Amino acid sequence: MVADALLLQLGYNAVLVTLGAAVLGVAAGVGGTFLFLRGRALLSDAVSHATLPGVGLAFILMALLGGDGRNVLGLLTGAAVSAAAGLLCVSWLTTRTRLSEDAAIGAVLSVFFGFGIVLLTVIQSLGVGSPAGLDSVLLGATAGMLRADAMLLLVAAALTLAMVLLLRRPLTLAAFDPGFATATGRNVARLDLAMMGLVLAVVVVGLKIVGLILIVALLIIPPVTARFWTEQVSRMLLLSGLAGGLAGYIGAALSAALPNMPTGPVIVLVSFALFLVSLLAAPRRGVLSAWVRHRSHQRAVHIRQGLLALAGGQPIYERLTLRLLQRAGLARADGVATEEGEAAAAKAMLDEARWQIVLREPAHAAAARRYDGLTRLEEVLTPDQLAAIDAALPRPRAV
Amino acid sequence: MLHRATQVETLQSAPLAVRGLTVSYGEKPAVFSVDMTLRAGAMTAIIGPNGAGKSTLLKAALGVVTPLSGHVTAFGLPISAARDRIAYVPQRASVDWDFPVRVIDVVLMGLYGQLGLLGQIRGRHKARAIEALARVGMTDFAQRQIGQLSGGQQQRVFLARALAQGADLYLLDEPFAGVDAATEAAIVDVLRSLRDEGKTIAVVHHDLSTVEAYFDDVFLLNTQEIATGPVATTFTDANLAAAYGGRLQGRPAPLPGALA
Repeated sequence: MVADALLLQLGYNAVLVTLGAAVLGVAAGVGGTFLFLRGRALLSDAVSHATLPGVGLAFILMALLGGDGRNVLGLLTGAAVSAAAGLLCVSWLTTRTRLSEDAAIGAVLSVFFGFGIVLLTVIQSLGVGSPAGLDSVLLGATAGMLRADAMLLLVAAALTLAMVLLLRRPLTLAAFDPGFATATGRNVARLDLAMMGLVLAVVVVGLKIVGLILIVALLIIPPVTARFWTEQVSRMLLLSGLAGGLAGYIGAALSAALPNMPTGPVIVLVSFALFLVSLLAAPRRGVLSAWVRHRSHQRAVHIRQGLLALAGGQPIYERLTLRLLQRAGLARADGVATEEGEAAAAKAMLDEARWQIVLREPAHAAAARRYDGLTRLEEVLTPDQLAAIDAALPRPRAV
Repeated sequence: MLHRATQVETLQSAPLAVRGLTVSYGEKPAVFSVDMTLRAGAMTAIIGPNGAGKSTLLKAALGVVTPLSGHVTAFGLPISAARDRIAYVPQRASVDWDFPVRVIDVVLMGLYGQLGLLGQIRGRHKARAIEALARVGMTDFAQRQIGQLSGGQQQRVFLARALAQGADLYLLDEPFAGVDAATEAAIVDVLRSLRDEGKTIAVVHHDLSTVEAYFDDVFLLNTQEIATGPVATTFTDANLAAAYGGRLQGRPAPLPGALA
């Protein structure tokens, strides 16, 4: 069943939803990257919640004009307009009052959402149009997805990607250094507007699949996931689009294949799974690799300290040091150096003595900056320089 | 009449001419009605106590913060028409150094204005960026992630980005703050060579002991303009007292080791 779903063998609606979710995931991942880099990820939450009153008002308006009120384009236009209004409120509150952005976001998000819920409740009792299923914008509902919905998604995603392609450099610049961007003639306010336009488009077309409550996850989690794997914005865009697309595809397929699995939430959970794997396993920024690096650094420090203690004939108090020396075959359990350990200790001592000369000698200032108590001087200087230092060394004591 | 004519001429030729610039944060002016004219081909220090509005003056002149009033021209043009001739080095601490870009990417940002519609970076852009990095002694770091740089290296990268712009006017905001002595010397060297090429440089500076060694002109600011002119005649105890008030306990003697 799951395999069938992943291979798009589950019937027309399931295929539409799966492909649509994948496309939405790509657009959200790419569009969300700049939001994340600009440090304004939470703004997308205000935008998404602010769509709700627009949906309600659009419905009422269309119903009063005689339709059934559920015209998709009409509802989405309403959503976009009220989301834009929410965005304006946040930006007005942030620039014109002393409110910080997080407080402004919290206020706008909850007020718009509350108003939207009131409207939806009123609509139920109003007796105009056919409001059944209108509340699916909250968490998404894919069962009734049409070809037209999928097409709308595709167009919105294509526009998003084209805009990112055109604006990726100025958007990067505005995110990294808005002051410099302005000084070199970029209109940062307009770039921010373009960025929020991308986000707004993703939120509005994502209502059908993921719903307004969870769409923020698709905008934020893929960029965060991608950030673990790369140090370049261009690659981050690709990886984030990939992570979002995969999450949409797999999540939608899973929810189609398994009974009683809501599409939007499952997509978010798959997205989270990708994030978790990245958090743990990413090569440089991942938790595991950081732990391994820390341990190997700790080991190097202890062994070096232990060897210097051995060479100086001092006792080793730290249990971990002794254990590490023992495991490396450098010392016995009673803290006495093995033959190998004595040789290593003598080498460590010599290295330290050489370093002391380098640190004192102004001519070696560049090399001295690399002293960290661990790096061996042989890795820093050429053999010739080393020989010159050895000449200045008091004859190393035979160990 | 004569005075007016000279002023128009100055405005037309000066690399940067600021007139009546006022910037307020809230209802407190950070910079009040300041006139500043940079002399072409000179290195000018903008000095004054903390909170005197030095950085704000630069930012407002460039439009990075919006002034309440004032008129700014660069090379006789409105600032917006002269941006490709102006390089700006913001304070190092103003950006997030864990941003996912490499050193070369930051320097290339100085060339974004010259890229085509699709933002394609070509060989000649890369060559210019590498050349700029070489000038600040950072060639070996081109592929490094910026988070791995020391403070001094970060400052050099920022300077390289400005160099890549190939501008005629360089405005630097506290480039010597928190950098090592070697970097300070390297930056001063680069700035001097720029000046010798005929470029104009203004630096927000806070170390009074190096003003005489580094700069030609000085602009003293404490919200309002205090004094401006060549270091020899303007960097005087009286002017410093006027700018710093009682906060300056005598003027520090120039360090013997300062770069002459």
